[in-house]
Amino acid sequence: MATRIDKRFAALKAEERGALVTFTTAGDPDYETSLELLKQLPGAGADIVELGMPFSDPMADGPAVQASSQRALKAGQTMKKTLEMVRKFREQDNDTPIVLMGYYNPIYIYPVDAFIADCIDAGVDGLIIVDVPPEADDEICLPAIEAGLNFIRLATPTTDAKRLPVVLTNTSGFVYYVSIAGITGTKTPDPREVHAHVANIKKETDLPVAVGFGIKTPDQARAIAEGADGVVVGSALVEAIRSTLDEDGKPGPETVEKVVDLVRSLAGGLRARETAAVK
Amino acid sequence: MSETPPMDRSNTYRSGPDERGHFGLYGGRFVAETLMPLILDLEQAYKDAQADPEFQRELTDLNTHYGGRPSPLYHAERLTEHFGGAKIYFKRDELNHTGSHKINNCLGQIQLARRMGKTRIIAETGAGQHGVAVATVAARFGLPCVVYMGATDIDRQAPNVFRMKLLGAEVRPVTAGTGTLKDAMNEALRDWVANVHDTFYIIGTAAGPHPYPEMVRNFQSVIGHEVREQMQEAEGRLPDTLVACIGGGSNAIGLFHPFLDDKDVAIYGVEAGGKGLDKPEDHCASMNGGAPGVLHGNRTYLLQDDDGQIIEGHSISAGLDYPGVGPEHSWLRDTGRVNYVAITDAEALEAFQLCTKLEGIIPALEPSHALAHVAKLAPTLPKDNLLVMNLCGRGDKDVFAVAKHLGVEM
Repeated sequence: MATRIDKRFAALKAEERGALVTFTTAGDPDYETSLELLKQLPGAGADIVELGMPFSDPMADGPAVQASSQRALKAGQTMKKTLEMVRKFREQDNDTPIVLMGYYNPIYIYPVDAFIADCIDAGVDGLIIVDVPPEADDEICLPAIEAGLNFIRLATPTTDAKRLPVVLTNTSGFVYYVSIAGITGTKTPDPREVHAHVANIKKETDLPVAVGFGIKTPDQARAIAEGADGVVVGSALVEAIRSTLDEDGKPGPETVEKVVDLVRSLAGGLRARETAAVK
Repeated sequence: MSETPPMDRSNTYRSGPDERGHFGLYGGRFVAETLMPLILDLEQAYKDAQADPEFQRELTDLNTHYGGRPSPLYHAERLTEHFGGAKIYFKRDELNHTGSHKINNCLGQIQLARRMGKTRIIAETGAGQHGVAVATVAARFGLPCVVYMGATDIDRQAPNVFRMKLLGAEVRPVTAGTGTLKDAMNEALRDWVANVHDTFYIIGTAAGPHPYPEMVRNFQSVIGHEVREQMQEAEGRLPDTLVACIGGGSNAIGLFHPFLDDKDVAIYGVEAGGKGLDKPEDHCASMNGGAPGVLHGNRTYLLQDDDGQIIEGHSISAGLDYPGVGPEHSWLRDTGRVNYVAITDAEALEAFQLCTKLEGIIPALEPSHALAHVAKLAPTLPKDNLLVMNLCGRGDKDVFAVAKHLGVEM
């Protein structure tokens, strides 16, 4: 059965346009602001919405996403509230795919079966769980797929030819190519190297490949999207949230607006590729 | 959820982990994909090294001539008399080079790093004992070394910070979270992900993704193997009781593991009870007051809230201030083979002073927890009960912190 993710990538392929995947942390800087932002993301040009489940110890994330996770937890975000946000979003949007991204422990404690059931109920489409490798597929990947969720796996610059098939097995929806060996929002990827890696992945799978980690500007997004099916932007968005907060960490009227503006310009970057191609 | 069936097929407690790195429910390899190829390489390299007599020979040679092994097994006569029960022996791992058991593991891992052609060393440290040991072996083999240390710990372990710097290591303060060991470990993992091509991560305790728990245990098991031989020599038989403190649990598993199948040997692991076990943020006794979860590459008992967020614990001892524990301990807890108890800050402080006065040995605050349990246990045991406590570190690093707690101006 085609999921919302499958349908969205099929539609974008027909438009000959790369997907803009946005990452924000659920509950950053607080529940209400985060939900309002979530609702406005598709209108600003987000094709797929990735929502971070905040965790106290985000080992794969750089300073920007770490801080965003801490802001959300401090404001009282929980796993239940994150799922509630998705439910509220689905009341107004039944097409835009939502992918939850995070670390395993909060899911393990939830626990796994109840979490998957609540994801389906809330309208979640896919999961990215950073610290559960294919070697531990029985933990959550297989039950999630069984229940109808997409399980999106990360491939990285260290994923060599021997390991790639292991990573692709049981991956669905799309493949998330991590453009640098490192943590989120730090180094800047080299588009040529990224394109070569993406080409190698595409030899082994028909799934779309989205590229993330370190993409911050419309120009970078356009350059990376030349050789991929989509780009993920995260640290730049949560950094935009941070830049609008007052001394007590409280958001202002410009918080949502600033992030939405950035998403709009990133989406414009991807569409400029299309315009350039037409010319 | 904490119900773990025995994992073995052969009636032994010493066969773990299985090929996926599990000790029953615990252990495993919960890391980001960037690290997986490296973890698998490491596992293979360690297997090869284990099978190579030359690796073992070099390690034994280093342990003997550089580390100072074997460490003595010392009859603590005055404490035995004071407690009036079991005959107390100290395994004197505080006499090792660098002043703790940490060097045993570091010599093993740096040999492995060199074997794998890695040219840069990173580590996390809490009390600074592991950081000092890593900086030491990195200096000895001429490799650049970065040690991540929580900002809070840097304040309370200043002598060790200076030691590391003298040894040529770069000490990077970690301010995330509450700036203690868990945050330092997060930061070391982030460094590793960004530098996989040339960097070897020397984890300091028997925790983390497979094969670290097994590898660190094996490097530390030299402690228990020596105790078996030394006790035979001293008393003509095996000990009756073993006691060791548990942060991540590397000194403890090193003492315990060679005795796990000797069913008559009673084994006690002592966790940091901090200010008491009533509130999770007041202690670091993850097996007495936590629940199974997944952090830092393995499944194990963790201090955490109902939503699976990790709680920063508290202990007077920076070396025990960690919200998790090595996965093999979690399994030994559930199977009931080892008894895990908790000792408070106040009890540990008292034992610290007692040992200093009666034996002329200043113990680190970490084994002071073990000694505080010995103080409870020994009087209940007969005089012919042979009790071995792992005195895994010396207390020079702690004298300033202890003075502060005792209200002494230095």
